[in-house]
Amino acid sequence: MSTTDERGASRAHRPDDSLARLRREGRIVIVGASLAGLRGAETLREEGFAGSLTIIGDEPDRPYDRPPLSKQVLVGGAAADRTTLPRRRAIRAHWRLRTAATGLDLTARRVRLDDGDEVPYDRLLITTGARSRPWPQPAEAELDGVFVLRTNRDAERLGRRLMAGPRRVLVIGAGFTGSEIASACRELGLPVTVVERGPTPLVGALGGVVGQVAAELQREHGVDLRCSVMVTALEGDAAGRLRRAHLSDGTALDVDLAVVALGAVRNTEWLDGSGLGAGPRGVACDAGCRAFDVRGLVTDDVFVAGDVARSPHPLFGYQFLSLDHWGNAVAQAEVAAHNMISPGPDRRPHLWVPAFWSSQFGVNIKSIGVPSMGEEILIAQGSLAEHSFAGVYGCQGRVVAAVTFDQTKWLDFYQQQIETAAPFPPPFRSVDRRPDGLHPVPAEFPDPSLPSHGPTVTLCGYSPTERRIVFTPARA
Amino acid sequence: MRLVVDLNRCQGYAQCVFLAPDVFSLNGEEALRYTPYVDDARREQVAAAMAACPVQAILMDDVVDDMMDDPLPAAFDVHH
Amino acid sequence: MTYGTYLRKITDPANRADPYPLYAELRKTPVLRDEGGPYLVSTYWEIHGLLHDPRLSSDPRNLDPDAAAALAVTEEADDPTLPPSFLRLDPPEHDRLRRIATYPFGPPHTPRRIHDMRGELARIVTDLIDDFEGRDRVDLVDDFAYPFPVTVICRLLGVPRADEPLFHAWADTMLTSLDPAAAEADVAQRRRAVRQARVELGMYLSELIEDRRRAPAEDMLSSLIHGDGPDGRMSHAELVSTAVLLLIAGHETTVNLIANGMLTLLRHQDVLKRLHDDSRLAVPLVEEVLRYEPPVQLLPHRTPLTDIDIAGVTIPKGAAIWLVLASGNRDPKRFPDPDRFDPDRKDNQHLGFGSGIHICYGAPLARLEGQIALAELARRLENPRLLEDPPPYRHNAVLRGPRHLPVGFDGVRPAREP
Repeated sequence: MSTTDERGASRAHRPDDSLARLRREGRIVIVGASLAGLRGAETLREEGFAGSLTIIGDEPDRPYDRPPLSKQVLVGGAAADRTTLPRRRAIRAHWRLRTAATGLDLTARRVRLDDGDEVPYDRLLITTGARSRPWPQPAEAELDGVFVLRTNRDAERLGRRLMAGPRRVLVIGAGFTGSEIASACRELGLPVTVVERGPTPLVGALGGVVGQVAAELQREHGVDLRCSVMVTALEGDAAGRLRRAHLSDGTALDVDLAVVALGAVRNTEWLDGSGLGAGPRGVACDAGCRAFDVRGLVTDDVFVAGDVARSPHPLFGYQFLSLDHWGNAVAQAEVAAHNMISPGPDRRPHLWVPAFWSSQFGVNIKSIGVPSMGEEILIAQGSLAEHSFAGVYGCQGRVVAAVTFDQTKWLDFYQQQIETAAPFPPPFRSVDRRPDGLHPVPAEFPDPSLPSHGPTVTLCGYSPTERRIVFTPARA
Repeated sequence: MRLVVDLNRCQGYAQCVFLAPDVFSLNGEEALRYTPYVDDARREQVAAAMAACPVQAILMDDVVDDMMDDPLPAAFDVHH
Repeated sequence: MTYGTYLRKITDPANRADPYPLYAELRKTPVLRDEGGPYLVSTYWEIHGLLHDPRLSSDPRNLDPDAAAALAVTEEADDPTLPPSFLRLDPPEHDRLRRIATYPFGPPHTPRRIHDMRGELARIVTDLIDDFEGRDRVDLVDDFAYPFPVTVICRLLGVPRADEPLFHAWADTMLTSLDPAAAEADVAQRRRAVRQARVELGMYLSELIEDRRRAPAEDMLSSLIHGDGPDGRMSHAELVSTAVLLLIAGHETTVNLIANGMLTLLRHQDVLKRLHDDSRLAVPLVEEVLRYEPPVQLLPHRTPLTDIDIAGVTIPKGAAIWLVLASGNRDPKRFPDPDRFDPDRKDNQHLGFGSGIHICYGAPLARLEGQIALAELARRLENPRLLEDPPPYRHNAVLRGPRHLPVGFDGVRPAREP
């Protein structure tokens, strides 16, 4: 509440007053109409923001949930256009859907849109997320029968083709999305071949020890899994339909449907030339979700959240983490929204411990922390052979991550171990310790300089205290 | 109604499956599946599942919340 | 039994009607070494942490022998005739037995079993309340809260309802082993009695299992005997142990849930009125009863496999740990205004059913029974009121609930048309 009196003009220059005005009648624009954008908008309203709220998104639909798209939607358990996210509260937003942001003017505080319009803002929240990495040969990517899976439209098209009963499905890349698609295909009884350039599925995210279990799951469920192999070309027939895939081992596969699951590309091109610290790895921001500009200076009116953000995490040596995680999108959007309309001392750091889940071949896979930082892994509970275990990752003598296969109920404990930087290997007995768990073994992550399919966490490693923030202004 | 489960929080207790088996199911021992869009007839089932969830991971809403948004141009008719 | 100051207070019948001030005092020391007795853990986050801590064992064989001798809780471990049930086992044995036991009971294999019992549960409740007609007072425990879950568990398992007097006596005796005060009197004699009751109940169920082996029926015992999943079948001894556990747990705890729930409602007439007007309130209300007056007040059977540090205290390997669930449920650091009964409470992640891998197996059935029972009592009883407050309580401090709950009313409204 504020009153206008004869001193109102001078008061307006005090930060409290300008913040109060922002909260009362400011303009907040959110670019990116998915999970992070929606939860950010809800948090703004929840915390009393009464001004105008504009949400811009290039897809035609209200924010929808993506994880079901590679799971129940593909097996017919849910309709692709029916995963719209529920609201926590009414947000009274002005939606500009089917509209892509094409540029940002930091000085004039305006977002440019592809319809030529410009939208002014007092505070901006960037939640543009990521998109599927396309097949690198554009002509081959155009073939009928070549798919990616990211949006609900992708899922609808792919689902329809799967229901039509292809002779064989080729999944290119055995990260989480690729593995889940393969699992859905097997559930539908479809023959499926998975080609992965790394030594095992999930190797980038969980390392080779756990990846080996993922490989066993695939093979036991009838997947034709081919690791350490690449697809070199996709071949079409005269009508432009996919008919064959050529592999780096010299073999060829007759397939009429291929799903390219080579990870994600962050949607930052629209920020090229804006002066914001944005590049292929995302938009860099501080722990309070405020974006950095290219000079490495923090802005105070542009905030970032979700898959597109890269932020330093104090638990992991202030390394900049980019997380394509559902939970991160929610938590980071909440922090960003809170900080957008709060005075400095009330702002919060984004301290979310990375966590994700995947379900494939009837197994619930969950992880907490940053497995790819792990040098070694100890199977603390259960057994790799039974595909039911809890594994702990260690780096330089402390616990940095954990993974469970069908052992979720223990994960809270390992989260607490990560948060308190507990010693690794764990110097204690626990229930269900098997011969597997007597000694830590190398976690077998691939050389990070080699690309692999779909690591879910990208370590970029520049600490603000080192003043070595370097941004790649445009895509290589 | 629209439905989402925070599967980071979900620990596979499956209380929701017991109480609302038309909406939730287990795929294997602990991986939860659910129908993200359910009709009104299932409302009480889902409400029971939400209340029983030991980690309070289930969120449901009424589409009417959208009515509070600024009106969309006709081209943006939402498809439910 | 060595006996700590606080344990003595918790088990003192004088504190049974309202143990909550005592718990509030306990929470000043989240992990309390009760002189000579177990470690008592009374705050929400510490209890929650320990329920998910793989360094903690539920297997009494991991108790330090001195702690075990002092506690008189080893009735399963020192029973030569029956193996321990999954309640007293750690993974992987716990997981295997619980998975097999879940096979005919719930998801992923039998997801609809409990849901499909709704109609049957409602009919049993209707019949029991119909019997109130023409009376102006009942004992809600003997006339309702006890017979309802007993009938249900008998039908579900396939135990003849007529044998109830038989197994009820054995169950009562066995449950005194959970009762710290009872153990004080004459440990050796008490143990003999408990073991004897367990053996007799085991033999009774063993014969029943043999019957079902020859002539399968549509009940859980038959499914457990004949079912075959990825984990195989239970041995005969494992079957008997599991059946003992399910039969006792299935009828001794829900009684308290319903009786505690009705007692709380009669003390909060505004909520009772709301429930009368809208039976859907029963859903969140039962969760709040489970927080506010949990049927299982504390879990007495945990021990660390290694020294563990918690809340500034080191609990040594092999020590007995008691998790005071009912105290965690009233922890103001977790629940705002915790001593207020509020069925509209948000984010009610109570500890009423425990948490982690040992979370109450029968929770979905207990919930449904509680919801249907409380909603129907609220709907059909005219002007119900407590005739005795506080009511007389059972002796047992662990499974806490009224022994009798005399309730007066002006009449009984008709049942719903089926």
